[in-house]
Amino acid sequence: MSLEGKVALVTGASRGIGQAIAHALAAQGAIVVGTATSDAGAASIAEKLSAAGCQGTGMKLDVRDPASVSEVLERIASEYAAPAILVNNAGITADNLLMRMKDDEWDDVISTNLGSVYRLSKAVLRGMTKARWGRIICISSVVAGMGNGGQSNYAAAKAGMEGFARALAREVGSRGITVNAVAPGFIDTDMTRALNDNQRSVMLEQIPLGRLGQAEEIAAVVAFLAGEPAGYITGATIPVNGGMFMG
Amino acid sequence: MSTIEERVKKIVAEQLGVKEEEVTNSASFVEDLGADSLDTVELVMALEEEFETEIPDEEAEKITTVQEAINYVNAHQK
Repeated sequence: MSLEGKVALVTGASRGIGQAIAHALAAQGAIVVGTATSDAGAASIAEKLSAAGCQGTGMKLDVRDPASVSEVLERIASEYAAPAILVNNAGITADNLLMRMKDDEWDDVISTNLGSVYRLSKAVLRGMTKARWGRIICISSVVAGMGNGGQSNYAAAKAGMEGFARALAREVGSRGITVNAVAPGFIDTDMTRALNDNQRSVMLEQIPLGRLGQAEEIAAVVAFLAGEPAGYITGATIPVNGGMFMG
Repeated sequence: MSTIEERVKKIVAEQLGVKEEEVTNSASFVEDLGADSLDTVELVMALEEEFETEIPDEEAEKITTVQEAINYVNAHQK
């Protein structure tokens, strides 16, 4: 298996896309540390990995808090090894029309979705530069490129991730580290299940493939980017959206 | 046991991929030894590990030559 023995850190891994990514990496032989915001979430990640016969565990992490980030990184290094793969997946939405948006709706989304990418990536780079190998993968969104009314905060954070990936890809390319983003379209998760039938049918009309994506279809692309065969891809954003936005 | 000077020079040679004889005391990492900005950051990381110390960013920026690295380590040895 291609990721045998490599430690992979996946943020926001208790459900949805993050959970699928954790399992896809573990299926390739990686030792996966999935993070969640609560102890219960972390325990559930550990349980599911172990039920699937995979190596790894869950840890509680607040991606907005630098102290929490360094604590988790220390724990990973002492229990396993420094992460060779980082998947920045943790994210939230706080949708609102800009004219009604509150400061905390803006700040929370930027700090959780984009600030986390800064903090986590910085924390893993020392190990990766020493190893002369690393994979940083950011989970963006189709709205980064396409825009979406009511999501100026979310779209700004996601577009920020993609710019971050391009800049960092140039910084650390000489050390064998690649930095990429994956931009999912509408995926069948709790986030999209909250939509009503009307919103759903309007959305499906915009998707050439005529269906929502599955979390596993995002995870497969992340697992590919994490592996050796993707070693010549860096600074890229890979769209996985059923054709709803072709940039 | 090697001296601090020898240990510093060995790390510089390893990190920057240069021959040990090129690593003279007055050599500048960037101008004489071909280091780029990322190399210098990694070099400081390697020194931190070898000498089990933490070099603050504002101090690290002042370490631009082999001698400056030796001086820093000498001044901060536990």
